[in-house]
Amino acid sequence: MPINYYIFLSVALFCIGIVGVLTRRNAIIVFMCIELMLNAVNLLLVAFSKMHHMKALAADVASTAGTDGQLFVFFIMVVAAAEVSVGLAIIVMMYRNIHSVDINFLNRLKH
Amino acid sequence: MNNVLNIVYLIPLLPFIGFLINGLGRKWLPKSAVGIIGSGVILGSFLLSVWVFFQVKGGNTHTADYFNFLSVGSLTIPFAFQIDQLSSIFLLIITGVGFLIHVYSTSYMHDETKEHFGRYFAYLNLFVFFMLLLVMGANYVIMFMGWEGVGLSSYLLIGYWFKNKSYNKAASKAFVMNRIGDLAFLIALFWIIGKINTVSFSEVFSAASISKFSATDITGITLLLFIGATGKSAQIPLYTWLPDAMAGPTPVSALIHAATMVTAGIYMIARSNILYSLSEVTMTVVAITGLLTAVLAATIALKQNDIKKVLAYSTVSQLGYMVLAMGLGAYTAGVFHVMTHAFFKALLFLGAGSVIHAMGGVQDIRYMGGLSGKIKITFITFLIACIAIAGIPPFSGFFSKDAILLAAWQKSPVIYVIALLGALLTAFYMFRLLFITFTGKFRGTEEQKHHLHESPSAMTIPLIILAILSVVGGFIGIPNVIMQGGDKLAAFLQPVIATNGEAHHVAASTEFMLMGLSTALVILAIVAAWYMFRNYQYKESKGLGKVLENKWYVDEMYDAAVVNPLKKFGNFLKNVIEKSGIDGVVNGAGRLVQYGSRQFRLLQSGQTGSYILLMVLSMVIIFIIQFFLRK
Repeated sequence: MPINYYIFLSVALFCIGIVGVLTRRNAIIVFMCIELMLNAVNLLLVAFSKMHHMKALAADVASTAGTDGQLFVFFIMVVAAAEVSVGLAIIVMMYRNIHSVDINFLNRLKH
Repeated sequence: MNNVLNIVYLIPLLPFIGFLINGLGRKWLPKSAVGIIGSGVILGSFLLSVWVFFQVKGGNTHTADYFNFLSVGSLTIPFAFQIDQLSSIFLLIITGVGFLIHVYSTSYMHDETKEHFGRYFAYLNLFVFFMLLLVMGANYVIMFMGWEGVGLSSYLLIGYWFKNKSYNKAASKAFVMNRIGDLAFLIALFWIIGKINTVSFSEVFSAASISKFSATDITGITLLLFIGATGKSAQIPLYTWLPDAMAGPTPVSALIHAATMVTAGIYMIARSNILYSLSEVTMTVVAITGLLTAVLAATIALKQNDIKKVLAYSTVSQLGYMVLAMGLGAYTAGVFHVMTHAFFKALLFLGAGSVIHAMGGVQDIRYMGGLSGKIKITFITFLIACIAIAGIPPFSGFFSKDAILLAAWQKSPVIYVIALLGALLTAFYMFRLLFITFTGKFRGTEEQKHHLHESPSAMTIPLIILAILSVVGGFIGIPNVIMQGGDKLAAFLQPVIATNGEAHHVAASTEFMLMGLSTALVILAIVAAWYMFRNYQYKESKGLGKVLENKWYVDEMYDAAVVNPLKKFGNFLKNVIEKSGIDGVVNGAGRLVQYGSRQFRLLQSGQTGSYILLMVLSMVIIFIIQFFLRK
């Protein structure tokens, strides 16, 4: 499959994520959109990594070039998992305190 | 290199050590110790100077090169002292007269507190140090160091009584006036360096004599140097500081403003005589300036009522004569007059100090009178000084003044007549001062009359010594017509003074005639002064007298032409440029930041959505720049 398809797909996912973050007020949905953006980036990383790796293999059978992109993806997934656990905990605490998950409600840092 | 004269560095070093001891120890040194140290170091320098003089007389001239003072690129300025005929004469004058004045000061300043007494002597020693540096330096830079230094010390000494505001103003005036001249000196210095890349006298003069300078260079350099001299030696247009400088203690006036510092300009011209002789234009300017100063100051002195002011204007006038001599190419006569003038003018000032001392601080001659019986020694020595300055043979002033007048006659009878007029005025105002002060009835209060007393011997002995010098000082320069080979000074100075072949020699009969004429007229002037002032009563003067009393309104003119516009300009800078310009920029920067932050603060809405929106927008902008606008 040409790399363009992957790029279009991940750009689309990323934009959906951004628009979601910007427009939605529900903290959980915002959170999901952030995850969407992260995964759009992951997808792109994997796609490019694969592409480079295939090219390198064509030149040299034992080549490992291009695999580090896939390693990054694992890191991002781990960090994202940690982030999700923290983020969800914050949202739970927020709901307990103000009985709402509306992010526009939570603007008291300003003062 | 291994010349005995290498130890001449001790001559300026001794006063400097005295300055350090007196200056640093002024809090705990007793007054007697300060006096002994202060005078002792000068005595040491004087004895060394005498030794140096005899060395030089024996034909041993020397340039003592100590170390590299400054080394920039290819320019090297050595710290070197030049000992030759000219500097040895000046060394004798400075340390000799300086020593007497130091001794006199120990008594005159005795009422000062310990701390101020020490400060005073420290300044005096510092002054002598710088003056010695000035005359001993073997190049223009060392000379300039001394030149600046005497300006500084004279500022300190004029403003010695620093609690008096007007004295401080006088000190500042002297300093600023000197600075104007110093600037010109400095430019001349740069000019010389720029042309021949050296500043030492011998190299500059040899470069000048093989015409490495163009005519414009010579004229420019000498004129600029001369402007420097007008500042230091109080010539038109920079002379007004000197009369104001009388704010300092009287011995200071004697030391700085009569005997030594003001002769620095004369010394510099005499030292650079080779350069000056090469420029006709400069010589004319110098001569005219000297002549005008001599006469102008003499007219002002006619009407002054402050004993020290009269002497101050007399100093300016006498300096005018010296400068005139320089401008006429009669360098020897000028140096001769420097020497005799140092004797009798120091004597006059010290005598005036003695009078002021007797009067308990009064300086106004309108309240004196009839002092001759009360303070005999002061009167007699003052009389001798007056006769000397008036130029009656065989007192010293006669010979030196006659030498200058003769040079004037050789140049042109017009100059001679004007110079003679100045000499007559000198005789007249000096004897006016003498008669008003010492004859007639006492015009002060009863209390002052009771207080009148002769000064202690520490003050009278210097007076007597200076009086003797004023009488006999002229005998080293007896004109050759009177005694063949009598002009020992000219013979002595021969190696350092370029004589331009004595343009046309004056017949002996003419010379005698001129001497007779000047002497007769001077005596006439004295008689006129006696007739007018023996029973002096002060009257408000009118017309020309009032103009003279107000010094031709020169100070007022300077105020109107220079000082007030400058003050206005300063106020303009202060009120407009500073307040709305510079302050505006500074405060504006602050206000801009305040205003800006107040506006930017509104972005901090607390709405997470808007933050993210901004973030995304800026990311988009960065992407656009990255991908579309680069390259």
